[in-house]
Amino acid sequence: MERNPKTEPSRIRTLFTLFGVSLYISAFTFGGGFVIVTLMKRHYVDRLHWIDEQEMLDLTALAQTAPGPIAVNASILVGRRVAGFWGMIAAVLGTVIPPIVLLSIVSVFYAAFAANRYVALFLKGMQAGVAAVILDVVTGLGIGVLKQRSWLHDLLMGAAFLTALLTNVNVIWILLFAIVLGTILALVQKRRAGA
Amino acid sequence: MIYWQLFWNFLQVGLFSFGGGYAALPLIQSRIVVQNGWLTLSEFTDLITIAEMTPGPLAINAATFVGTRIAGVGGALAASFGCIVPSLVIVSILFALYARYRRLPLLQSVLASLRPVIVALIASAGLLLLRTALFADRAISFSSLDLLSLALFAAAFIILRWKKPSPILVMVLCGTVYLGVHLLAG
Repeated sequence: MERNPKTEPSRIRTLFTLFGVSLYISAFTFGGGFVIVTLMKRHYVDRLHWIDEQEMLDLTALAQTAPGPIAVNASILVGRRVAGFWGMIAAVLGTVIPPIVLLSIVSVFYAAFAANRYVALFLKGMQAGVAAVILDVVTGLGIGVLKQRSWLHDLLMGAAFLTALLTNVNVIWILLFAIVLGTILALVQKRRAGA
Repeated sequence: MIYWQLFWNFLQVGLFSFGGGYAALPLIQSRIVVQNGWLTLSEFTDLITIAEMTPGPLAINAATFVGTRIAGVGGALAASFGCIVPSLVIVSILFALYARYRRLPLLQSVLASLRPVIVALIASAGLLLLRTALFADRAISFSSLDLLSLALFAAAFIILRWKKPSPILVMVLCGTVYLGVHLLAG
């Protein structure tokens, strides 16, 4: 992995940015791992240009395949990719501090919090915004896949989408299927090249 | 020692929860409710409600909730740290392999097949979330359609596509408008 030979101050600034962005994203990420991944894409790919779109999808696949919370896995990967070991530490700290602080407070008086009407209304409205953010990012990503003009990948995308949406199949099986398919394709290509 | 027990139990949760989020729930239930009796079943239900209402990964939320109730702030830290230790090790190894072998034709081909699938999975997660946002109950019918949520979603989506505002600002605005409209309407 190419790592920029950065001078010390700019490296420290990178670590602070990683920590800050992770903190900011994590504090507002309602609704699971894929929400955080779409926000990461917006920040690290579209705004900071630290990672390209293909690589962000690769890192998402890795985060999804490994055990543990997807948000934590994704920040480990992005942190390592951007600034090595300390990048990982900065990104992971940023990701876990907001939920730890918030939950520590909430768990003390959770009954009042869970029954509060204003909190419930705010969160209900926020769901619409979260859905809009995810679907906006995924529209861009989907167009990216279609532009590559591979009918096999388009078919794979459609089939995976319908399977995930309409059945209760564990996501891991869908990913394993893609891994097996990719392996077979590589072997076929190799044989053709050899023949 | 209670800190060690919290650390060790949540390490197992982190190690064996594949697929994130709700995949961790049955595991948390078996370790925390059944085996250790750290939470009652109704407290466990409260935990899920709170985890849905607060940001952050479900497993970290659970670790902090249980840790705080059993052993205060130290317990929260021990449990949360236990939860992420397996990720730190396993994901670091995966990243090293990725960085090293990503140029290999075999891995290129596997990653090329994984990318459209990841896009599909994100799309499906987004649609399921949209359904929760728009419909009051599980059944999709016109009577249970929340028109205000639909308007907010449409407005947010168009603005996000057209300009590129901060997504977090968009989310917070949606929540604020929804709350405001309901308060004004009584």
